[in-house]
Amino acid sequence: MNGGPGNPTGIDLYYEDLAAQSKAAGYHLNPDSGFVKALVEGLFLNQERYGYPSCPCRLASGRKEDDLDIICPCDYRDADLGEYGSCFCALYVTQAVLQGNARLASIPERRPPEGSRTHGEAPVREMARPSLPAWRCRVCGYLCAREEPPATCPICKAAKERFERFL
Amino acid sequence: MAMIRVEGKDHGNLVLYTLSTCVWCRMMKNFLAKMEIGYDYVDVDTLADEERSRTMDEVRHWNPQCSFPSLVVNGEQCVVGFSEDSVKKALGL
Repeated sequence: MNGGPGNPTGIDLYYEDLAAQSKAAGYHLNPDSGFVKALVEGLFLNQERYGYPSCPCRLASGRKEDDLDIICPCDYRDADLGEYGSCFCALYVTQAVLQGNARLASIPERRPPEGSRTHGEAPVREMARPSLPAWRCRVCGYLCAREEPPATCPICKAAKERFERFL
Repeated sequence: MAMIRVEGKDHGNLVLYTLSTCVWCRMMKNFLAKMEIGYDYVDVDTLADEERSRTMDEVRHWNPQCSFPSLVVNGEQCVVGFSEDSVKKALGL
């Protein structure tokens, strides 16, 4: 992260990085740049507050292990894009929304309430054990079979800690 | 609790739970301002410890998902998320 608190360049750089990363990963930011900048300010503030850019539209606990699923891009983005055309914040939108074929609205919260979140649940046991464990990126769904998850998801660039054991 | 009062026309007792970083929450506040409606709000992310958990208990009572914005109208119903239509309907605008 570049720039310190109150440094406008930091927010501008964050915005540029986000736009470049989204484009490279095949995702679309909301075409309303004012809307996106407001969300980026929130992400930047959360990075300062918690040490990670948790979702600006959700209340972070400040404990990273409990907030992993809402570090932007969150675990719920792809499902919400599929069902509603945008993520919970409407930071990310679908091609259809981008082309003006769908109208954005505030969408229901998909994240399970505290107490019923199931992170790190045991992988399925019915199948024969593979020669290597399979790891799933919780952000984009990328799967790979290797001893450890990669340090960075080669598809969406999410960090190693966003992977779960799949098989 | 640290509720902030926004003066305006009386459309009942309106308590709004928001996050300072949430753009939908900001749109809710802007809409109420545009309609010149009075309400009380609290940015839950700016609260600490005891006060935050007490406030979240209130939010949970009205909206078990604990999502933002949550607008409690007359201690009777809760508008979850922001859409002009749902706010207008709840306030009889």
